[in-house]
Parts: sequence; structure tokens; C-alpha cells
Amino acid sequence: MMRFLLLFSRQGKLRLQKWFTPMSEREKKKIIRDMTTMVLSRQPRSCNFLHWKDLKIIYKRYASLYFCLAIENQENELLALEVIHRYVELLDKYFGNVCELDIIFNFEKAYFILDEFLMGGEIQETSKQIVNRCIESSDMLQEDDSSEWYEVELFG
Amino acid sequence: MSPSVPLQEMIRAIRSARTQCEERGVIQRECAAIRAQFRQADNGGRSHNLAKLLYVHMLGYPAHFGQMECVRMIASPRYSEKRVGYLGAMMLLDEKQDASLLITNSIKNDLSHSSQYVQSLALCTLACMGSAEMCRDLAPEIDRLLRASNSYIKKKAALCAVHIVRKVHDLGELFAPAARSLLSEKNHGVLHGAVVLITELCERNPEALERFRKTVPDLVQIMKGLVISGYSPEHDVAGISDPFLQVRILRLLRILGHNNEAASDAMNDLLAQVATNTDSTKTVGNAVLYETVLTVLDIKSESGLRVLAVNILGRFLLNNDRNIRYIAMMSLQKIVGTDHIAVQRHRGTIVDCLKDPDASVKRRALELSLALVSASNIRSMMKELLIFLSSCPLELRAQAASGIFNAAERYAPSQRWHIDTILHVLTTAGGDVRDETVPNLIQLITTASELHCYTVHKLYRALLTDISQQSLVQVACWCIGEYGDLLLKGDCQETEPVQVTENDVLDALETVLQSHMSSPATRGFALTATMKLSTRITDNVDRIRSIVSIYGSCIDVELQQRAVEYNALFKKYDHMRAAVLERMPVIERNSPGHTNGESSGELVKEVQPVKVKEGDAAPTQQPANQVCDLLDLLGGSEEPLKPTSAQSGPAPGQPINTSNSSGGDLLDLLGGLEPVAFTPAPTVTVYEKNGVTLTLSCEKQSDSSMTVTLTASNSTDSDISSFTLQAAVPKSVQLHMKAPSGDSLPAHGTAKVTQTVVLNNPNKVNLKMRIRVSYTSRGSAFQDMVQVDSFPDSR
Repeated sequence: MMRFLLLFSRQGKLRLQKWFTPMSEREKKKIIRDMTTMVLSRQPRSCNFLHWKDLKIIYKRYASLYFCLAIENQENELLALEVIHRYVELLDKYFGNVCELDIIFNFEKAYFILDEFLMGGEIQETSKQIVNRCIESSDMLQEDDSSEWYEVELFG
Repeated sequence: MSPSVPLQEMIRAIRSARTQCEERGVIQRECAAIRAQFRQADNGGRSHNLAKLLYVHMLGYPAHFGQMECVRMIASPRYSEKRVGYLGAMMLLDEKQDASLLITNSIKNDLSHSSQYVQSLALCTLACMGSAEMCRDLAPEIDRLLRASNSYIKKKAALCAVHIVRKVHDLGELFAPAARSLLSEKNHGVLHGAVVLITELCERNPEALERFRKTVPDLVQIMKGLVISGYSPEHDVAGISDPFLQVRILRLLRILGHNNEAASDAMNDLLAQVATNTDSTKTVGNAVLYETVLTVLDIKSESGLRVLAVNILGRFLLNNDRNIRYIAMMSLQKIVGTDHIAVQRHRGTIVDCLKDPDASVKRRALELSLALVSASNIRSMMKELLIFLSSCPLELRAQAASGIFNAAERYAPSQRWHIDTILHVLTTAGGDVRDETVPNLIQLITTASELHCYTVHKLYRALLTDISQQSLVQVACWCIGEYGDLLLKGDCQETEPVQVTENDVLDALETVLQSHMSSPATRGFALTATMKLSTRITDNVDRIRSIVSIYGSCIDVELQQRAVEYNALFKKYDHMRAAVLERMPVIERNSPGHTNGESSGELVKEVQPVKVKEGDAAPTQQPANQVCDLLDLLGGSEEPLKPTSAQSGPAPGQPINTSNSSGGDLLDLLGGLEPVAFTPAPTVTVYEKNGVTLTLSCEKQSDSSMTVTLTASNSTDSDISSFTLQAAVPKSVQLHMKAPSGDSLPAHGTAKVTQTVVLNNPNKVNLKMRIRVSYTSRGSAFQDMVQVDSFPDSR
């Protein structure tokens, strides 16, 4: 299973953190520090795989963001690279030419998309189209929600 | 989508803060506002406030006061509030917080909500942070959803079940039947979830593993469908149909086929098909191939398939993509123990990867190269490894140096090569070697007695070039001290002759003594070496005396002590100096790092050449026997050797004195075996008539006693019976005849009769013996007498 997914900028600022196992705040902070130092100090043309404690760290840089995914030892590293890529594609489809600012200002949407794609440290849905459709439907539900018409419906 | 304006304004405000202090100020103000809002009654902006708090949390600021708000939001009827509330729960609450229990009820209600998106929120949150309590509580709900709902919910319920099983192992039993039935679904998301769930159940419970083995045919079917089917736009990734699902199924097949012949057979064809048909131009195809290789190597696959898998890894090694080279090497490392020959085929590529610019790839290549070193490729591999050592990154040098030493120790083709290799490593990476290297090298040098001249010349030259590598300098000093006489003689077959004067040598040692680069230990070596030279050189002893006396007042206590003692050796104990400083004996190898097998192997190597050289005096047969016998003894047989009369026939046994005396030293090392036992007893034929042959051989047991063995054989066509022997000896000799082995001699010499006679000759008179032979052959009796005047000398 996957243990955590972190997104951070080239300056080390955290943009998204998803933890798939329970951890204290202190542990999370320490891991974030370790990851950012390790990944940001890598040479540009080196291998995308690292070893850290008993986990494998897969990282990839997309424009100004580093995607850092930690997987357990029996997982397939090449597939983890594909998981990261799939998530970027989903974000791209949703935001239209996604950039770091989109993720900063709409972080909760980034989380919602992630929660349709991964769950409990495993892949939830392997089809891009289905994930997109679900996000759109949830968004529409949220929109309806804010209109008075929906409230009437609920209590009517 | 409607952007959350208050949220975005806050984010903008935070980002425009120019200093950390300013940012903290903004955040404190915002948090205060949020807290105030939380205390107010329900208003439309609750979700925005919580979202703002979550952003602040992500920046690293404390947000625990939002936990109760999350609980309230989750209970709200509005979807937008639920959504943010659940997100907040996943970010701020975990099973260690008490507040997490409060949302159990909300989750339970939402699991049966009419809207699937609300259900999905509940499922997601449960799978993310559900504690064991919550899991136990809600497991029946999840099981219900696994069976009767739409595929959207089913796939989420499956992953929720995975989480529950991880938290509460016993509940695995509950989900097993539902998991099984999910395999017949068509929806990829559900299939994927089902495969993950089954994998989890099998990994935790061996009984479940047994039961799920029956699903292998179904899984094979599904895989075939994915591999063979045409283009499916929903799941296609660069020409591969749903690689995520494929990899998951392959992993489950690996678990099911591990250690099980039947299951492995069932999946054999499929694996071959995937391995050959998958397009490997993009990463995604290689991901599937990689998983296939891992599966093939872990189940009981047939050898053809295994070779195919290793070849795929070999192809990966040549791939342009660095990632793929890296994982190929990791996988080869895991199988180098079991499939050694297959991996050896790719040795060339692996050695090339030592030159890869990426540090991780280099490290893997080094480990793999060291694992592939064998007796047949040691020379070429060592060349490559030494090149690597001279240019490798610093963090790998220690590992490379110790790996090279181990390989050299195990497979060195000759001692000279071994010494050369160690010297090479010391000159390139002397600072990174272990401490035991110096004594180990010294021990090795002492055993290679014929190479002393060569070694000391080489070390002297190395010392002149560079005195910064401490281990090298230490060994060089020791050798110059020990073998300085050989260095000064100047003639050495192995290297070009160079004239070294006594002053040159003393200059070199003094340089080491005075250099600031030398560590105290090194200076100790140099001082002792200088002292030793006083017995090996003739002209400059005074110079040595003065050097030694100077160091009598050295600040370093160890050096001072040594110098004072050596001074005393010059003054008061000069008569002992030669004895104290003479050549050291061969150092025994008994350090814990060496196994007994290796050391006795070395001894055997030593024994054979020495024995063969000095057995020249004896007839050529004997040395071969000697060596064989020696090896027999090393093999542990304790039988005293039988007289080899049958083979050597009437040849008078020439005693093998010389080999025994030289063998004495080596035999001592082997633990004190009697030299006497080694000589095959010489034999003499004393009677040959009517087809009956009687031979005599003797073994000296002590100064006065001897065992004589009489052997009779029959070369006629008919059997001989009633064969008896009687013996007589001079008066002072005591005789004791033991029982014969039999009294009939079968025809054609198929069997012999032996009889042992023990003679005791305390007065050491001239030994003679009369033997009477009587037997019956073809019905007639025969009797004969022979006298033996001289016994074969078997001292």
C-alpha cells in the first residue's frame, strides 16, 4: 500500500499532504522535513527512486511542484510513477492546464479529486473518465446545495 | 464550480505577507475570526471557515480547535458542509483523538444515505482514519454494501473492507465470501478493489490463501481478457489496457502461485503471453513486464519461463531510462543467489553500469558485481573493480574496498596477484580500508616467502612516491624492517633491479618518522623498522643509533618508550640484539575473520609443492603415494596403511627418508602425526614354487619390536587347502604368531591368506627367520622350508 503522498514546491513549501496511516503531528512534520530535504537535494538527472527507512520513495517533478509518494517494499515502483502521472492528468483535466497556483487556491478540490482516485492507500478507480464524471457530479451537488431550491427540496 | 471567495482572499493575504512575522500576524487574525465564527450559530459560511482553517493547518499552524467543528459539519444535512467536514476529519482527526469517536454515528447514518456521493464520503473517511472500534462497529454495514449496491459504491466498500481487515484481522472471515463473488463483476474499479481485498486476505491468513487458490483460473481469464482485448478507451494507457489492474492481478497470482505447483502451472502460459506481448517502449508497459518478472521468479515456474524473465531483466539493463536500469539491478540482486548462471550472462552489462553517472545505479552495480565474482572471472572483474575504485564516489569507497578484499581473498589465482591487488587498493583508497587490513596484509606477505624480495621492492617504491596513505606506509615500514637485507641486495627476478643503498632506506624511514602526515601508529612502525635494520645492514649502524636516541625524548609516550628500550638494546644488551631482531616466523592465521576451511585449504596448497620437490630421491611411484596418503590423512582416515605389496610386487622397497624429514615440519602443523605411519611397508618375496607365492613385509613398531606380515597367494588353476605356516627365530628373539586369516588359497589368486608375526629383538641381534610352508594342492601334500636372512629395512 501507499503510505503518504506529498506535494511541495521547489522552495519546500507544502501544497498537499495525504497520509494513509495514522501518525502524530510531530511525526508528520518530521517526515515532511526529511522528504523535502532528500528530494530537493537530488541531482536533476538521477533516478526517481529512493530508499528511506523501510519504504521506497518515488518522486517526480512537474513544473514547479514535486510529487513525492511513499510505498511499501513489495509495491511496484514503475507503477507508482504511473499513479503520480495519473493524478497529474486528473488535475489537469479538472483545472485545465493546471499549475501550482490552481492547487494553492483550490486545495480542497485537489483533495476531493485525490479522494476519488486513491483510497486507504490503494488505487480506487482506474478509469480517468469515471473519476472526472464523479467529481463533476459532486460539484454539481455542492452547487445545488448552495441554492435555496435544494434546501426547499430537502425539507419539502 | 464556485470558488470559495473568502478562502481565496485569505490565501492571497497570506501569500502577500513579505516576512514570516507578517504571515504569522495575518494567520493569527484569521484564526481569531474563524474561532469567533465557529461559536456563532449556523450561517452559510461555515464550510468556508473550515476550509480556511484547513489551509492554515497545511502551512503548519495549530488547528485543533477546529476538530469539534468538523464533527458538527459532518452531521449537517448540507452536502457542501459534509464534504468539507469529512475532509477536515481526515486532516485533523485521527484514531488517537477522542473526537473521532463522535463521528462514528454520523458515518453510520451516511453509509445508508440516499445519495451515493454522501455514502462515498463516509466510506472514504472510514477507510482513511477509521479506528479499530469504528471498524468493528461498521463492518456489517460495509459487508452489506459489498453485496448490494451499485459499482460506484461497491468499489469503495471493497477498499474500506481492506482497511477494516488491516485494523481488525479477524474480520477477514466476514468479507471472504463477498470478495469471491466480486471477481465476476465487469466494472474495472470493482474488480480492482476485489483483487486488492483478496490479496489482503491471503497475505494475512494461510487458510484464506488455500481457499482463494481456486480463483486462479478466473484471474487468468480476466488477465487474458485485458491482454488480448482490443483498444478500450476507458482504460487504455499508452496502448496497455488497464495497467493498474493488470499489475494487481499479477501480484495476486504471485501470492497464490508461490510454493504451489498446481497453481503455478495454471498461470504459466498466461505469464509467458504477458511477457512476450506487452509493449515495452513506455514506462507503463515496463511496469507490467516488471511485475510479470517478479511473479515468474517467485512461483514454481518452468525453467524456460525463468530464463525469459531473466532475459527481460537483461534487456532492462540496456534501457535508456535510468529508472528501469535501477530496478533491473535490484531484481537481479535478489536472484543472484538462486539463478547465478542466468545472471552471469549479463555480467558485461552490469559491469558497464559501474560507469553510470547516477549514484544509486552505481551502488547497485557495485553490489551486483561483487556478487558475480567467481574463480573463473576474477582477473577481469578485479580489473574493472579497481578502475571503479579509483573513480567512484566517496560514499562507496569503503564498501568497494572491503568487497575487493573479500573477493581477492576467496579467489586469488596466485599470491603475487593477491599482494599486488591489495597494494593497488591501498594506494588508491588507503584511507577507506578497515583496520584489520594492515595485519592481514602483513600475515599474507610472511606466508608468501618466495615473494619477499618482490614485495619489499614494490613497497619501497610505493613509499618513495607517497607517504600519505597510513595503512600502506605501515605495511611498507614493516616489510622494509623485516626484509631490508633483500632490498639492499638489489637483485630480484620479478621486478627491474634497482640499486638501493643503506642510506636511501634509512632516509625513507626517517622521512616517515618526521612527516606531519604520519600518525603515531605509523611512526611506531617506522621506528621499529629502523631498529630492525640495525642487524640487517652493515655500514650505517651508527646512524640508526643516533635516530633511536633522538626519539628517546619524544613527546609521544609510545615512541619514547620504544626508543628508550631500543637504546638499552644497543648499550647494555647488545649481545642479545641479533637474536631479538631476527627474522620473524610465519604468522599463524587464526583471526576470527577466516574460516577453518580456508586456512586448511591454504595448508594443503603449501604441502603439495614442497613434498613433490623433496621426494626426488625416492622412486617416482612413492612421492605420488606420499601425497595421496597425506591427503587421505587430511580427509580424516585413521587406518594404518596396508603394505602395498600387491601393486609394487618384488621391487625392493627403497626407504623414503628424505620426504619424511621434510614432511616433519608440515606434519607438525597438522598436529603431530607419526612419520613412520606414512611409509608403505616394503615387501620381499621369500617363496615362489608350484604357483604359490609367499611375500613378507615388516613394520618397525619400536626400537626392538617389529611386525612381520606374511602374505600367500595361489596362481594355479586349482584351489589349495590346508595352507599353514610355521616360523622359527634365533634364540634371543621372541616370536609371537597371530592367527592366520585362513587356510585355503583359491585358484588364480582371487584371494590371499595373511598371517602376522610379532618379533621382539631386545638384544638387537642379527634378525633371521625360518619359515616352513605346508599345503595340499590337487590332492598331494607339499612342504617346504625357507630362510629369511635379511629383513627389508623399514626404519
